[in-house]
Amino acid sequence: MCLAIPVKVVELLEAEQALVDVGGVRKEVDVSLVDGVAEGDYVILHVGFAINRLDETEAQRTLAMLREMGVEPGAAA
Amino acid sequence: MKYVDEFRDGKVARNLARTIAAEVQPERRYHLMEFCGGHTHAISRYGLRDLLPPEVRFIHGPGCPVCVLPVGRIDSAIELARDHGAILCSYGDPLRVPASGRMSLLRAKAEGADIRMVYSSADALKIARENPDREVVFFAIGFETTTPPTAVALRQARAEGLKNFSVFVNHVLTPSAIQNILESPEVRELGTVPLDGFIGPSHVSTIIGSRPYEFFAEEFQKPVVIAGFEPLDVLQSVLMLVRQLNEGRAEVENQFSRAVTREGNLKAQALVAEIFELRDRFEWRGLGEVPYSALRIRDAYRDFDAEVRFELPYRSVPDHKACECGAILRGLKQPQECKVFGTVCTPDNPLGSCMVSAEGACAAYYTYGQFTKITAVAEAS
Repeated sequence: MCLAIPVKVVELLEAEQALVDVGGVRKEVDVSLVDGVAEGDYVILHVGFAINRLDETEAQRTLAMLREMGVEPGAAA
Repeated sequence: MKYVDEFRDGKVARNLARTIAAEVQPERRYHLMEFCGGHTHAISRYGLRDLLPPEVRFIHGPGCPVCVLPVGRIDSAIELARDHGAILCSYGDPLRVPASGRMSLLRAKAEGADIRMVYSSADALKIARENPDREVVFFAIGFETTTPPTAVALRQARAEGLKNFSVFVNHVLTPSAIQNILESPEVRELGTVPLDGFIGPSHVSTIIGSRPYEFFAEEFQKPVVIAGFEPLDVLQSVLMLVRQLNEGRAEVENQFSRAVTREGNLKAQALVAEIFELRDRFEWRGLGEVPYSALRIRDAYRDFDAEVRFELPYRSVPDHKACECGAILRGLKQPQECKVFGTVCTPDNPLGSCMVSAEGACAAYYTYGQFTKITAVAEAS
């Protein structure tokens, strides 16, 4: 039950609720725990609540690092 | 960018595994505890153990909230529904956890108790609004990720003046459990559980940040890498830990920087601090009573505390004698070393809590890799 998933915010609703896309399914979630959520943001959804926002720049940095780490086995040792 | 598939690329995974194999020092072992059940699940589901060299060994920690919930707490939840006539709202995972006398929430429900599965604390509030003549109790369990949603429900209930809603709080704290393991005689004195570093929880860390782990790195000289849940995240974190250990460093590093900062989610932390305070002690399955390891509702919200409202006494109940969940949760044993694993105890009919939740070590082994050890023996012979 600790599992949480990244979802895309599709539409902001009243009372700190938002519509998100969960693998093609639309679901209403609570975004009151994260300041300044905007449409198009990716958030981590857990038990019906957005618990944090995902940072695309950091994600790209991690992916670049992953590719680099795996390119030449042993080269970085 | 969908933050999922990008972190599951098999080719990159194989390359990463080769890099790890090239960097491990053959004369040493790397015992890495993944604290969070989500990592246990990912390691089993994606077969990461098989990708890694034998020098790297995973030790499963007590990071599944369902697994660490002691029998006595489930008994109390059943008591709320059965003896006090409340509508008990629970997340799905605790429903099948064995309680005393071959009972469980699901069995109590089958016998007529009004127990309802909810997806969110907000659903429990909705049930309370729709049933003003009934007491509605939310059975709140979980680590730092589920605590803020419970806090939101409590704040909302008070704002609305709901008189029939209360919360049975079982929220526990990750850093306290890690500290308990590091201070345990098995790790500190006897050396029966060698621990070289931690794969730190990811979603818990989105809330509490990376700062709380700095104490472990400094005080116990154990490196911690906060890792995302996708397979590439776990592999990259293993490489980061291997490098720290090779270089003799013990630092907190953050692999999951796309969601975790040093400070964490300050808004959620402030809300939790407003509504909850530390309990002096709390019993964990497998770890026993751990001081200052759980939360309770502050006096300002006392009217919504089910333990106060129903005067619930806590009775500690020992686990089933044949169940090894306690030893498995402390990293002392692997699931296959339990006599009832896969025979009497299966995901369909769990005897112990580690077999219940998908994140439990036994359930993960049973579902994805129960024959791993047998295969390894066959290859060696």
